Amino acid sequence: MQPLLLSHFTATSAIGHGLAPTLAALRAQHSGLTPCDFESAVLDTWIGRVSGVDDEILPADLQAFDCRNNRLAQLALRQDGFLAAVQAVAARVGPQRVGVFLGTSTAGILQTELAYQHRNNNDNNNDSATGALPADFCYPQTHNPYSVADFVRRSCALTGLAMAVSTACSSSAKVFASAQRMLAAGLIDAAVVGGVDTLCLTTLYGFNSLGLLSSSPCRPFDAARSGISIGEGAAFVLLERTPEVLPANAVLLLGVGESSDAHHMSSPHPEGLGARLAMQQALRSAGLQPGEIDYINLHGTATQSNDAAEGLAVQTVFGAHTTPCSSTKGATGHTLGAAGGLEAVFCALALQNGLLPGGVHTEVLDARLAVDYRLHSQNQPLRRVLSNSFGFGGTNCSLILGTVG
Amino acid sequence: MTALTVYIDGVGLLGPGIADWVQGKEQLAGRVPGQWLKTVLTPPAHLPPAERRRAGPIIRVSQAVGYEAIAAAGLEARGLVSVFTSSSGDGVNCHEICKQLASDDRLISPTRFHNSVHNAASGYWGIATGAMAASTALCAFDGSFAAGLVEALTQAVVQAEPVLLVAFDTDYPEPLRSARPVPDTFGLALVLSPVRTAHSLGQITLHPASYLSPGPADVLMDAVLEDQRQSIPAARGLPLLAALVRQQAGTVRLDYLDDCRLELEFTPC
Repeated sequence: MQPLLLSHFTATSAIGHGLAPTLAALRAQHSGLTPCDFESAVLDTWIGRVSGVDDEILPADLQAFDCRNNRLAQLALRQDGFLAAVQAVAARVGPQRVGVFLGTSTAGILQTELAYQHRNNNDNNNDSATGALPADFCYPQTHNPYSVADFVRRSCALTGLAMAVSTACSSSAKVFASAQRMLAAGLIDAAVVGGVDTLCLTTLYGFNSLGLLSSSPCRPFDAARSGISIGEGAAFVLLERTPEVLPANAVLLLGVGESSDAHHMSSPHPEGLGARLAMQQALRSAGLQPGEIDYINLHGTATQSNDAAEGLAVQTVFGAHTTPCSSTKGATGHTLGAAGGLEAVFCALALQNGLLPGGVHTEVLDARLAVDYRLHSQNQPLRRVLSNSFGFGGTNCSLILGTVG
Repeated sequence: MTALTVYIDGVGLLGPGIADWVQGKEQLAGRVPGQWLKTVLTPPAHLPPAERRRAGPIIRVSQAVGYEAIAAAGLEARGLVSVFTSSSGDGVNCHEICKQLASDDRLISPTRFHNSVHNAASGYWGIATGAMAASTALCAFDGSFAAGLVEALTQAVVQAEPVLLVAFDTDYPEPLRSARPVPDTFGLALVLSPVRTAHSLGQITLHPASYLSPGPADVLMDAVLEDQRQSIPAARGLPLLAALVRQQAGTVRLDYLDDCRLELEFTPC
């Protein structure tokens, strides 16, 4: 593929609002995980909550969009001058030529969960199945997966192509692939890509039902890993065709790979076959050999089966104990549909700042996983990095980012 | 900018009063009137028995139209890239989860949870077909069909390979139904080929400078089909099938977002 420029980007997660605190936290291996105190959830688990989301106020003309997910989207859009950068590009190429491709797994479903708790006859009738939802419940602007793309499109005053990609935990990695094709086809001249996912009861109790929530902060690739910590986050990237003269610290999207496990809805292919195909395809699309990758940001959720499958896949593609890798989910928690975008931004930061981020919370590496998992952050120049994102339904996506030259 | 052209090599259709593409074609041609009869869903033949029994409406409708389209195109599913698009997902499953989370017993079923992902239809398609190629799941609310069509068409052209597009919607039970009144299940699948083949039924072209239009969407002659088009997002692709039935060159405009329609050029094969 033709490399694309990440002309602007930002990230907000439990480790910070915007790039500066995020970089500092990655460098210092700071974790944003705290014991779960979200809404009415009673679960022995840890969460990666973003501070300040509740205080966010949406503009008067977008009040119908008010929900935790869109509040986080707005909070994140404001960081690092991202909104202004989008508006500058829109002024240059036209608002109809800037596409919006955002990933989310649950969008604002929390709003529906809360609405179900306040059905009209809940107080005096146990048969809640007949109660209507509160009159102020706005399905299209909150619950619907498209709501976040719609909200961001309106917030940025864009009028072009827009869609939500909702493929569980690969969502905001796959948006890069969609945007890349649209740019290649000439349908758009720039794209706002990324993802937003927020804490909700469906995912907390859902992962609990699968026995996949860890009662301690998650420990990716640890011998004693015991499941995930759920986080929330938002990441935005402005993607453009590569100009003739690139800024010195430019980060480029060099390759994308997508595949399907065709195996099971909630368990990965045991040999990591789908993951392997995605990484190999990303390398092919970037025209790179495995040895040219300096760091892998693993999907690394810290469930037994996910890490085992990914470890095998990485070993098969890159060789045993070769390419340095880590998962940043010990710091942020698993931000689900936002993870791909968030970790792409972490990779961009790593490239620009020569930082190989070490994993957090992992203590004793699983000896059965033959990868070079780094427990300590290290300053070293990086030129090419790969980021993995895999999701329920056996959906896999790998991205390769790099610096100029 | 180069125009993007693909060929429709196969169609799958299932909806209220429409059992398949053969029947839908008759209705779109005006030879038989459309009817608001409840959509008839059958268990997906290609899934393992346990999954087949438990398969909800989204799996049933997406596999029915998906298999119908690839059979018409003379393709195997195994190597085929797929694009799934839906305005919502499994309405009943979502309702049951929300209902349980509002109760004192929040131990929701793990199967319900993994089936709640928007890409469930894509995941089960992979399990049924063994297809390990890229597959995505999109949403653009009422414009989900147009979003899926742009994605599938672009992928077919840029990657120079055929792509399966599956658009579907199911209805929510109350109380969500009042907030999102989609009346019934509907599915529409297309196989888009980057080159003309012996199976090609029509050619569609997207012009990169003018594919988003402020003009109105095409409407359908049959009152029932038009009602379905307006009330079920996946049925907003029907005007493209109407053009396919008419076999007349011309512009097709499909509903997309509040401020724009998707404009295509149709050429018969």
